[in-house]
Amino acid sequence: MSETRILLANIDEPDLNTIAVYERLGGYRPLRKALLEMTPEEVLEQLEGSGLRGRGGAGFSMGKKASFIPKGTMDKYLCCNADESEPGAFKDRLLLQKNPHLLIEGCIIGSIAAGANKGFIFIRGEYSFQADILDAALVEAYERGYLGPRILGSEHSFDLVVHRGQGAYICGEETGLLDALEGKRGNPRLKPPFPANQGLYQGPTLINNVETLCNAPLIVDRGADWYRQFGQGNSTGTKIVSVSGNVQQPGNFEVELGIPVRGLIYDLAGGPPEGRDLKCFFPGGSSSPVLTKEHLDLPYTFEDMAKAGSMLGSGSIIVVDDSQPLVPLALRLAEFYRHESCGKCVPCREGTNWTVKMLERIDEGEGTPMDLDIMSEVQGNIIGNCLCVLGDSMAMPIGSMLVHFREEFEQHMEAARARRDLQEMQALGAGELAAVLEAGAV
Amino acid sequence: MSFDREPPARDEAALRATRLPPGWDEAVRLDEDPATVPDPAAVEVPADLRAEIEASMAKYPDRHSAVLPALDAAQRHHGWCSPEALRQIAAVMQVTPAYLSSVATFYDMLRTRPAGRRYVYVCTGVACHPRNAKAVYEAIAAEAAEQGLEDVEIREFECLGACDMAPMASVDGRYVGPLDESDAPGLVTAVKEGREVLPGRSIADPGYQVPPSPRQPPGPPDEPDVHPAGGTWKEAELLDVPPADGGRRGRS
Repeated sequence: MSETRILLANIDEPDLNTIAVYERLGGYRPLRKALLEMTPEEVLEQLEGSGLRGRGGAGFSMGKKASFIPKGTMDKYLCCNADESEPGAFKDRLLLQKNPHLLIEGCIIGSIAAGANKGFIFIRGEYSFQADILDAALVEAYERGYLGPRILGSEHSFDLVVHRGQGAYICGEETGLLDALEGKRGNPRLKPPFPANQGLYQGPTLINNVETLCNAPLIVDRGADWYRQFGQGNSTGTKIVSVSGNVQQPGNFEVELGIPVRGLIYDLAGGPPEGRDLKCFFPGGSSSPVLTKEHLDLPYTFEDMAKAGSMLGSGSIIVVDDSQPLVPLALRLAEFYRHESCGKCVPCREGTNWTVKMLERIDEGEGTPMDLDIMSEVQGNIIGNCLCVLGDSMAMPIGSMLVHFREEFEQHMEAARARRDLQEMQALGAGELAAVLEAGAV
Repeated sequence: MSFDREPPARDEAALRATRLPPGWDEAVRLDEDPATVPDPAAVEVPADLRAEIEASMAKYPDRHSAVLPALDAAQRHHGWCSPEALRQIAAVMQVTPAYLSSVATFYDMLRTRPAGRRYVYVCTGVACHPRNAKAVYEAIAAEAAEQGLEDVEIREFECLGACDMAPMASVDGRYVGPLDESDAPGLVTAVKEGREVLPGRSIADPGYQVPPSPRQPPGPPDEPDVHPAGGTWKEAELLDVPPADGGRRGRS
């Protein structure tokens, strides 16, 4: 099992983040082609024909999304979502740090397809190092005339701004991102209207993930048919998969969609530490329902992950080995979503809070088996009842853990209760303790 | 109208000591008029901060978009989003301080209390959690308390997007990892002395590669380690509790 590197082909080249090296390796050639040899319609056609699906999590066709942008002379915008906050995902960080010009070029090509004249890269504030690199790359691109008015003498003008977030997971949700970009609290909006019709400043807006936009120059350069030869079925192209958790060699691996999950976890990432076995894994970031050993031989595609009851999401595999108790992990997961819930919709705000409380109770020995049933029900009541999918993102993995590992939750509950009982006994005097043990009251 | 006078000095300790009724947070000052958009002539704004905010405002079609960059700039200037900092931004951007405070309280990286000019965020997210991140955080926090580290905000942070180098920390944006408890003294000392933290172990360092994981310590046994009389076997042995059913695990 090996990687197929097309996006990351030159990633180890020293100083790839400077425009000189990027241009030497053929950079900005696709942009010239798109601007000078192709019409915007042809660019859009190539993107649509490639079958490229959004790499941010939802997996929606990028070309189709761009084609929804209305024609006309109104102000249109392009937003690049670089607010990579999903636990387990770190692929965009690599691209932003090592190959910022690929992203800038992708943004310009995206803007040609969408007819946008103003673009924003929304990068999370924690990535300040990467944002500085991106800022420096933007200056270089402006100097060479790849950005600004009438790029390379064509009719197309495009301005790009790096906008730094300040630490909120919900800003990775596209409408939350738009609100944050407008200078508000990052609360998601009601959809429809979708951003393609009414997005940033109420104008039509194309929002794409970093990795999606980075694919655009490759597709324009070598054509949609070339791109379609990678991958399987409707999951075309390659995908950068971030593998983390209990594996021996965590990292980013670019693979063709459709390789077996086992190959990713065991061959590329080295598998769980010696003497340990895989217990479960999140196939698409912490928001995806967990899968177990029996799913290891499935092909890693959008469709197969969905069929197994999970999702490919942002393509981030978190491996959990058998030394990890699941209840603290579930608690940590629920705490994350409780912290990050923006509080706009009740099912998410209250559901995440109550899930945390119940898991704490179980972990402290105060839980009852009924808690597990209530917890499953709470998860069911969150899914699909909020403006965005943040609540679902907690409900789905926790719900799936309860399905696959209910026995372990029960055992954990019993052990915690027994520990609590012992602590109570410790508080008793020696005589009382003997009496209690004699009576078998424990 | 309260924009033309200085806000009264606020006794933070007394405010914290007062128990407010549920639903009220201490930001609510019922004894004052709500602050309105400040008069630009009445608020003194440091020239560099004003220039930075105005440069941000010029980048966007709508000046409100510059709120986040402006808050970030003011926080770098003042150390936190203090009432004074908010007044200064409000004067330059012509928005109400309440609007700014509504935004500042939403974002994790904006400090609405004086917590320190610098920061150490230790990731304890879902992917770092199985790799002992909590212990690393506790070691760093304990070490910082011991060395008396001042003016640095040390906190657990949600996923920082570097799960390959888990467990990791961000020291003023410098990502270092993988860490274990033994790295805490070196990290804290470097922060205290203003040196580069853990040289060679950051993604900012050229040629950095994530090292393969060391073998992790074995976890708890597969069978739940529960003594029939309650608690774990180890705890029961320490207490010398006799097993109620004669020793389910057949220990001699």
